Amino acid sequence: MRYLTDRKRAEGKGASGTGTEHHWFMTVTAVALAFLVPVFLIIFGRALGQGQEQVVATFARPFPAIVTALTLFVAMRHFAKGAQIMIEDYARGTARKIGIIAVTSLSYAVIATGLFALAKIAL
Amino acid sequence: MVQLTLPKNSKIRVGKTWPKPDAKNVRKFQIYRWDPETGENPRVDTYFIDMDKCGPMVLDALIKIKNEIDPTLTFRRSCREGICGSCAMNIDGINTLACIYGLDEIKGDVKIYPLPHMPVVKDLIPDLTHFYAQHASIMPWLETKTNRPAKEWRQSIEDRRKLDGLYECVMCASCSTSCPSYWWNGDKYLGPAALLHAYRWIIDSRDEATGERLDALEDPFKLYRCHTIMNCTKTCPKGLNPAKAIAHIKKMMVERVV
Repeated sequence: MRYLTDRKRAEGKGASGTGTEHHWFMTVTAVALAFLVPVFLIIFGRALGQGQEQVVATFARPFPAIVTALTLFVAMRHFAKGAQIMIEDYARGTARKIGIIAVTSLSYAVIATGLFALAKIAL
Repeated sequence: MVQLTLPKNSKIRVGKTWPKPDAKNVRKFQIYRWDPETGENPRVDTYFIDMDKCGPMVLDALIKIKNEIDPTLTFRRSCREGICGSCAMNIDGINTLACIYGLDEIKGDVKIYPLPHMPVVKDLIPDLTHFYAQHASIMPWLETKTNRPAKEWRQSIEDRRKLDGLYECVMCASCSTSCPSYWWNGDKYLGPAALLHAYRWIIDSRDEATGERLDALEDPFKLYRCHTIMNCTKTCPKGLNPAKAIAHIKKMMVERVV
């Protein structure tokens, strides 16, 4: 038991001075994804069901390759930052920290794997 | 992790059923009861009221129960006209003020609980200590640096209008206690009521601490735990829009950096 005043409990450790950057990042990436995802789906949809040579040829072209790379990067970073919010909502202490580290690592791992695969196809 | 079930000593059991009056227009009331002095779990007591001898509001029924059936029933009330915010409780699943919530708005049995996810002092009385301390933390007063004018701090009619829809908040806590973000992180998240008041002072043309006020809210938890769920706006018994006020604060935050 600790004898803290109500005001001290409410103030906590004070404002961290961050938060807006995260909020703005989510807004910017959401707008970017509103454009990127439909374009990517059209590219991916057209390639779907075709032979390997045609698929490789599609993603070897600059525009589909760049759109795919951007979608992958922006979507994964948006996912990681969004998942961080959810983890902060529901988890506490060490579980919270491990969760945030896990989703951040996962997002970068997916980005790296996807970009490697894309580079192998495109170059 | 967030606790999704009630602790053992908070599980609600079936309580006492009070005698039914010999009348035609009888209505059933199920009311949450908990007395810390008994050491027993909370219970839901059942009361029956002759509606022909009862006022139209939920508070009228509660007062009738307290006066005529069970004097141990405990609840806060004062103005009985939606000004003081004392009688906020969860009625028929909605956080609202018992004094301005009509019994005719409720279909079937009337179920009354204290405001959700707050420590209970007794029966329908929640402990609002932390809620009030959070309100105090946003400095709900005029902060000025300029020397005090000879007469009053002047404000244009247009600037005064910006406070409409904000100053009317009676701090009943209906909005904050309806917010899932406040349920899970109420220790750090200020909640819709405190943030609505924060915006009321940020937007006040006479206040000179806008930057300091925004600095105090620049935090992933104090402000940004609001996920625009909108329960606050839906439940506000005064018809205010705390979600909009929070959105305005976020907009001002972005304007500072972009």
